[in-house]
Amino acid sequence: MTTLAAVLVLAGALLAFVGSLGLLRMKTFFERVHPPTMGTTLGTALVLAGSMLYFTALESRPVLHEILIGVFMTLTTPVTYILLGRAALRRDRNDPTA
Amino acid sequence: MTSDFALPVLAAAQLLLALAMAFAFCRLLRGPRAHDRVLALDTLYVNAMLLILSFGIVWASRDFFEVALVIGAFGFVSTAAAAKFLLRSEVIE
Repeated sequence: MTTLAAVLVLAGALLAFVGSLGLLRMKTFFERVHPPTMGTTLGTALVLAGSMLYFTALESRPVLHEILIGVFMTLTTPVTYILLGRAALRRDRNDPTA
Repeated sequence: MTSDFALPVLAAAQLLLALAMAFAFCRLLRGPRAHDRVLALDTLYVNAMLLILSFGIVWASRDFFEVALVIGAFGFVSTAAAAKFLLRSEVIE
């Protein structure tokens, strides 16, 4: 059971890693917005699932409070990215040369 | 409790998350414009939260859950405030 939890955490970490690599390597801002969402959605979900599985096995009772972080990330990430995208559009319109 | 196979896998996951934080920090330093830096800061916060969760698993302590929740909340508030400032030149209108 702990092995399965560790593999889930590794898969989530791999997604976050690929997302950050994309953030570093993409050329324009509107391309760079996309890769980190891999880490914030499925990466976070997999790490949280691994954590829930591990502590459920460790304490022999359901430990589900990691769902709180999942709900919080799901609600807040789109808000942040919408604000950032609108800020980028506005700044590009005001100063297209930069 | 933890099997012999789980600890090396978790160490590899932590290495990947640390590298992800390093990449996000590189973009934070390089990012040509301010909104690139804010995006990199948000990614840095998310990766730090995942790393703290993995430390909680490795040390079999549930105290790290609260730390991860607080880091996530700080990440949202700081990034939203910075993006709002870039959008309107003031945070609270």
